[in-house]
Amino acid sequence: MKVGLFVTCLVDMMRPSVGFSAIDLLRQAGCEVVVPENQTCCGQPGFNSGDRESGRTLAKRFVELFEECDYVVAPSGSCTGMIRIHYQDLFPENPSLQQRINQLAERTFELTDFLVNVLHIDQVNSDFKGNVTYHDSCSGLRELHIKEQPRQLLKSITGLTLKEMEQAELCCGFGGTFSVKLGDIATRMSDNKCRYAQQSGAEVIVGGDLGCLLNIEGRLRRMGDSTTQVKHVAEILTYKAK
Amino acid sequence: MELTSFTFKKNVKKKLSDARLQNNMRRFGGRFVEARAKVMQEVDNLEDIRVAAAAIRDRSLAHLDTYLTLFEEQARQRGTIVHFAETAHDVNRIVIEIAKANQVKKIVKSKSMVSEESGLNDAVINAGIEAIETDLGEYILQLAKEPPSHIIAPAIHKSVEEVAELFAEHHHTPKSTDIPALCREAREQLRPHFLSADMGISGGNFLIAETGSVAIVTNEGNGRMVTTMPKIHVAITGIEKVLGTVNDFSTILRLLTRSATGQSITNYVSVMTGVKDAANADGPEQSHVILVDSGRSRLLGSRLQQALRCIRCGACMNHCPVYQNIGGHAYGWVYPGPIGAVLTPSYVGLKEALDLPQASTLCGACQVVCPVKIPLPELMRVLREDSFADGLRPWHERLSVHLWRFTANHPKLYGFLTRYVVKLLKLMGGKSGQIHWLPGLDGWTEGRDMPAPTGSTFRDQYKAQRHER
Repeated sequence: MKVGLFVTCLVDMMRPSVGFSAIDLLRQAGCEVVVPENQTCCGQPGFNSGDRESGRTLAKRFVELFEECDYVVAPSGSCTGMIRIHYQDLFPENPSLQQRINQLAERTFELTDFLVNVLHIDQVNSDFKGNVTYHDSCSGLRELHIKEQPRQLLKSITGLTLKEMEQAELCCGFGGTFSVKLGDIATRMSDNKCRYAQQSGAEVIVGGDLGCLLNIEGRLRRMGDSTTQVKHVAEILTYKAK
Repeated sequence: MELTSFTFKKNVKKKLSDARLQNNMRRFGGRFVEARAKVMQEVDNLEDIRVAAAAIRDRSLAHLDTYLTLFEEQARQRGTIVHFAETAHDVNRIVIEIAKANQVKKIVKSKSMVSEESGLNDAVINAGIEAIETDLGEYILQLAKEPPSHIIAPAIHKSVEEVAELFAEHHHTPKSTDIPALCREAREQLRPHFLSADMGISGGNFLIAETGSVAIVTNEGNGRMVTTMPKIHVAITGIEKVLGTVNDFSTILRLLTRSATGQSITNYVSVMTGVKDAANADGPEQSHVILVDSGRSRLLGSRLQQALRCIRCGACMNHCPVYQNIGGHAYGWVYPGPIGAVLTPSYVGLKEALDLPQASTLCGACQVVCPVKIPLPELMRVLREDSFADGLRPWHERLSVHLWRFTANHPKLYGFLTRYVVKLLKLMGGKSGQIHWLPGLDGWTEGRDMPAPTGSTFRDQYKAQRHER
């Protein structure tokens, strides 16, 4: 099974280790992983800022790069949501291109969703020990119904205890460019999220979208919390004791 | 209502630092959310009803002309006079004309958000007629000289203490924070007005075309008094509120009260048809309905048409994490929250409310709870597209979108630029690994650090690994 990894631009720039963790998880599950070199961004930042052309330009690039794969996997619910949901009607004037995009979109999955629902993985190889709490990122949760998949995988780790926070489904305030355009609302929202996460008693806040994680970590650090860790779920699922 | 949506960002700053408001919002917090979640459990086919309700609303909108004509015919046959108001200004003019023609000196009002659109109270009072709000929340706000901050709980931003202060000041009574006592006090103040008013004005939650009826859904009982005690009743509502049949109304009603206050049914559901006749002891001798367009017909056939499905339950704002933190006044017009972020720019003009469609993380919480399945995040995105296409967004924002699109579509350039950007960011993060200030992204770094990257991109690391093998 040939699986194309869509790294996503945020992981590419801000936390490459997430991409390597995703490769490890897919390889451990027996996939042949390819990482098309010329991939960049799914187009979501521009698309959500009102530039439909950003979506169109990058959807076209996406389909050209990944079409030959059996599946595409991304370590992000929001980029996957962009592809699966919002790529659906970008080319009304070009039905054949749109059809190619839609067929590929159907084969595109968020990482934990792919592991659980396509590969039927129920055990991962991780040495992680400790208490974690899981933040449900909005696009993954509400567009792709990702809720149990990451929890199932996390709970399969022997040394890990999942401590649910209150309001796990509450938006953390990231929202892409929202977090810059309306920074003071975003900050207040991340404040609320951090409070609930801290009250859960977990040492690590885990999530499936790097944008949310940077937002949450950034607020924790600004408030002087230098101990609570913030990790991508792929990093926990592949954690190796040193 | 005075429009301040164009200073949204300033409004937000003020509201976020208003300790009293923040306290009130926190205290009220999830009450409606919890009540809704609880009451929905008694509905075993919620999703089916939502689909049916959305279809009912879509059918009304698709045949709006037919339904409105039918409503007008049926209402007229039962003695109701139907007026069409093209603009908000026309609403005020028609009300004042009816009042003047009947020598009306005092009007009692039950809740109507449409009348807020046109600033009806001020217009009526300027015409020399007394107008008294009788919904408890609206009454409080009339004393406080403030606009509503929520479509079903207009004074939700006020605490009991604030209400107690207001009542003591205006009623010249000793200050009390006992809620039943405050309600009794309001009732005593309002009763003489009900008895002496010449005209009652209400909103209309729905119009029922087949019977020519106006339906209102209330809890306090003031609606009944306003619509039956004075000789003249005037109902004001938007043209989009028409439903085909009583059956349609009953389907929608199952969702409206549950979505709004979390009640299986409200204390009062009134379906008012025509004028008092010989068989009835109660009811108005004159019945008017004012059907308001004021921007609504512009949405028909547009990419925003689905916004007209709205049944004004308020669930979208109750569940919106942005609304929960800034309150309704920050939105700067009649309708706050996600539905306001769509309706305000549509009714008053995008230029006047440019930041409202941006005031959302597109988290989707609103869409999940909307009883008539309005795709609110998608509609906000449509408005963002309109603002972008019309060049209304700031130049630096447009430039960065164009630059990112170009860069992301040129992988070599992307690879080159990102390589140096992450190096620079790593340097800026210093020992702590946190960036405290980022030029151009200060909206972020004002309140949060930016965790610094490790200094090389995934694509470079991946290439190097493959090279080693």
